[in-house]
Amino acid sequence: MTEARTATERIAATPVPLWVRPTTLVWTLALTLAVVLWLVGKDIAPWAFKFPRDWAVPLKFWISDFTAWLVEDASFGIFTFSEFTRAISWVIEQPYTLALSLLATGFLKGQGSDAVQILPPLSWIAITATVIALGRYTKDWALAALAGGCFLYLAIFGQWHGAMVTLASILIAVPFGVVGGLAVGLAGYRWRPVERLIRPVLDLMQTVPVFAYLVPILFLFGFGPVSAIVATIVYAMPPMVRITILALRAVPGETIDLGHMVGCSRRQMTWKVLVPTAMPGLMVGVNQVIMLSLNMVIIASMIGAGGLGFEVLASLRRLDIGAGIESGVAIVVLAIALDRLSQALANKNPPAHRESESTLPFWRRYGYSTACLAIVLVTGAAGLIAAWVQSYPEAWTITTGTVWDSLVRWINVNFFDELEAVKTAVLLNVLIPFKRFLLGLPWVAVVGLLAVAGWALGGWRLALLCAVLSLFNVTVGLWAKSMITVYLCGISVIFACLIGIPIGILSAERERLWRGVKVVIDTLQTLPSFVYLMPVVMLFRVGDFAAMIAVVAYALAPAIRYTAHGLQRVDPQLVEAGIVSGCTPLQTLTKIKLKLALPEILLGINQTIMLALSMLVITALVGTRDLGQEVYIALTKADTGRGITAGLCVAFIAIIADRLITAGARRAKARLGLA
Amino acid sequence: MAQRDRSLNRMAGALAGAAALIAAGAFAPQAKADVESRDPIKITLHDWTGQFITTKIMGEVLKKAGYNIEYVQADYLAQFAGLKTGDLHVAMEIWETTGRDAMDEATATGKVENLGETGLQAIEEWWYPAYMKDKCPGLPDWKALAKCSEAFSVPETAPSGRYLGGPVTWGGFDDERVEALGIDLEVVHAGTDAALFAELESAYQRKAPVLLWVYAPHWAPVKYKGEWVEFPKYTSECYNDASWGMNKTAKYDCGKPRGPIWKVAWSGVKDKWPGAHKIITKSNINNDEMGAMVSMVDLDGQKVDDVVNEWIVKNEGRWQTWLP
Repeated sequence: MTEARTATERIAATPVPLWVRPTTLVWTLALTLAVVLWLVGKDIAPWAFKFPRDWAVPLKFWISDFTAWLVEDASFGIFTFSEFTRAISWVIEQPYTLALSLLATGFLKGQGSDAVQILPPLSWIAITATVIALGRYTKDWALAALAGGCFLYLAIFGQWHGAMVTLASILIAVPFGVVGGLAVGLAGYRWRPVERLIRPVLDLMQTVPVFAYLVPILFLFGFGPVSAIVATIVYAMPPMVRITILALRAVPGETIDLGHMVGCSRRQMTWKVLVPTAMPGLMVGVNQVIMLSLNMVIIASMIGAGGLGFEVLASLRRLDIGAGIESGVAIVVLAIALDRLSQALANKNPPAHRESESTLPFWRRYGYSTACLAIVLVTGAAGLIAAWVQSYPEAWTITTGTVWDSLVRWINVNFFDELEAVKTAVLLNVLIPFKRFLLGLPWVAVVGLLAVAGWALGGWRLALLCAVLSLFNVTVGLWAKSMITVYLCGISVIFACLIGIPIGILSAERERLWRGVKVVIDTLQTLPSFVYLMPVVMLFRVGDFAAMIAVVAYALAPAIRYTAHGLQRVDPQLVEAGIVSGCTPLQTLTKIKLKLALPEILLGINQTIMLALSMLVITALVGTRDLGQEVYIALTKADTGRGITAGLCVAFIAIIADRLITAGARRAKARLGLA
Repeated sequence: MAQRDRSLNRMAGALAGAAALIAAGAFAPQAKADVESRDPIKITLHDWTGQFITTKIMGEVLKKAGYNIEYVQADYLAQFAGLKTGDLHVAMEIWETTGRDAMDEATATGKVENLGETGLQAIEEWWYPAYMKDKCPGLPDWKALAKCSEAFSVPETAPSGRYLGGPVTWGGFDDERVEALGIDLEVVHAGTDAALFAELESAYQRKAPVLLWVYAPHWAPVKYKGEWVEFPKYTSECYNDASWGMNKTAKYDCGKPRGPIWKVAWSGVKDKWPGAHKIITKSNINNDEMGAMVSMVDLDGQKVDDVVNEWIVKNEGRWQTWLP
């Protein structure tokens, strides 16, 4: 510890901080106390190990009662709370029905089996052509080809209908998420108290597992696609809010002064100065909303959104791995198309050009719209005569068929024993001892050590936060499950870092490798984990090991991405200086680059932890016994209180980890003189 | 975009008139006259084939009676939230074992009604592939299992055997059963049934030992050759009274109950569509025909709708008697 510190100080050349001594002292004291308690406390203070049941706070019953009241009795006088939420769902339903009609079902008259189609949906040719035009309009022909290719995949592999249902709900969820996020973000930018108020709410929205609040959403917004859209918005909106606040804060003071000078009103200031200037930043938020919405596709399909998520679930229930992969890849492909298009849109209008926009001839944009409209009308009319113009004929679809199943079977039959040997070794030597160790720790000591860590890294406030949040997990009686959660996520994060950081280092300076790696990690993040979970179960059986593999696969991406980014952003002059003073390549890497990239890498680990925690509910599906399982059980029993309580426990673990690491990264930055 | 919408809307308006005329001409003969409400009855679809078939058969029969049917995709357990509020109306397969708690909770509120048995009997029991009989002679009797439980072991559990139970949410008392019958097995719970059958598929490919919870009607016992373990027959005393059975001090020293699969509905259905309510209550189907239809879809690759239509054509005499 001290050695590392002096080494970093040599680079940063900052004076020795005064806190070294008291911290060391407190750490020693706290650790000694914890170890003593752990070793001899079991007989003296059994309550410190196992939280007595009758001390537990019956929070889950309070929450259940509260939601019951909210759904049944809460009233604003003129109308009840559920009438209010139902009105919201009506508002969302209207544009959704329109989008669904345009893309998938066509315009219908009547309901259910009485319904008669009065106008077909847009033909597959029209939609593909529109996407191609959008690609060309926002960037170039390469993007047009990519986007067109993505949509052709959907048609050729027979995923068209499911994809369009999914696309319809994404097209509704994203604008609501973006506009809502922008509005909340603006409020937070303008009024500090609002920002202080929404910050913890955002933390909870991002860390409480979706399954935990699915049941109350169903009660309030009704069953079906609208609830799924609401859940998607709740899940996908927070980054938009955060990025809005950041982007608005980053608007240069000169620009704002200029606005004042030319006499902008408050509204003009917001919409004509701030928002346009911050546009590139805001578009990053839009992009995040799109990606997170697509992450929700599987869960949304569980509550009636249908679409690709449903195709994935249904094929895996009949163990048709090939069909599951094809539908899963369709989600990836949709994500790629939407992601690249939205990024291109973000880069298209740099604020510097905005001024001249009014003088730009409009015919070009108008030209694209006209072309699209023409294709829509022509293919629409032609579709009435030739069915293949309207919808891609089933006879033309292709499928990978049993290739994937055969591949898994081949691995299974030929390599199972080797895989089993590896698995057993890891399980017996690493996983199980670590789990036993964590479960054997007295909660008093863990809470205490977390508080000390908080104090050492961020002062009294952080210490208090860590202590209170971890005490929450104790007092609601979910300590053991929390520790299993920490164990599973911890071990997965360690593996993810062991794999991810070296890959990040290797690919940081190799442009071509980096491009390939990026494709892989993008795919891993958007491919629903369900798709690879079943083959993993076939090869490793249900249990913690299979769960760990799924978590590592999903949480790997940020470990790689942030490491590579951090290394790429190291000041080349410092590297140069190292080489000049005679560093070997290894020394340059370990003594200069990695140290300077440390804050960034820490943030990557932070993100890895967040993603690992968000996978918990999925791992419950392969039989883990952590908080994810608790949330899942609550969902299957429609027990709102139990779900939200467990969800909060997950959120608090995430928040503790996040705050500690952020504080650590800030310290590291300060020490390296980067802040 | 907005421009396109507007022009489409205008076209829609023009076409709607024409379409309505055609519709009136083409579909008039269908018995629209005497059903109580033209609002669609929303029936839920989950994510397994057997349930698609049961539901679609019901839906098609109701359509023949003139009702307006809408199939809605919904999660098996999450759907109760919708059934209580009346967003959803009918669910055709609630299994005694996996859905009983949620169903009881929902019917207790008075907002959901149990419409009786579908006629399908859920079998849920321990199951092993036929090749395990060589490694453990004496099966399917559970006493043989008690003797050669080691044949079912894997490295993590050795020398104990391994039994893969259903998700904890299914209940089933397997931990207690192992204890009560004194079988040296470690009970591991799968998280979902997809995981359960993934393990079976994997073991079956390698002819490896496996002992797990299987249920029927399902494609697995059709696709794989194997047998149910035979335990002392279930009685309610076995589950409630420790002194019953071979172990005098423990409950659950017997097999699992074979429970019916229930039909449930939003309690408003009775008043809004009384006729449909009667038809659904009367409807029934049995395990054999269901097993055959499930394997036609999951193993032979036929389409659910085709299989359902075939059933409707073949069994006209039967479903006619459900109609009022």
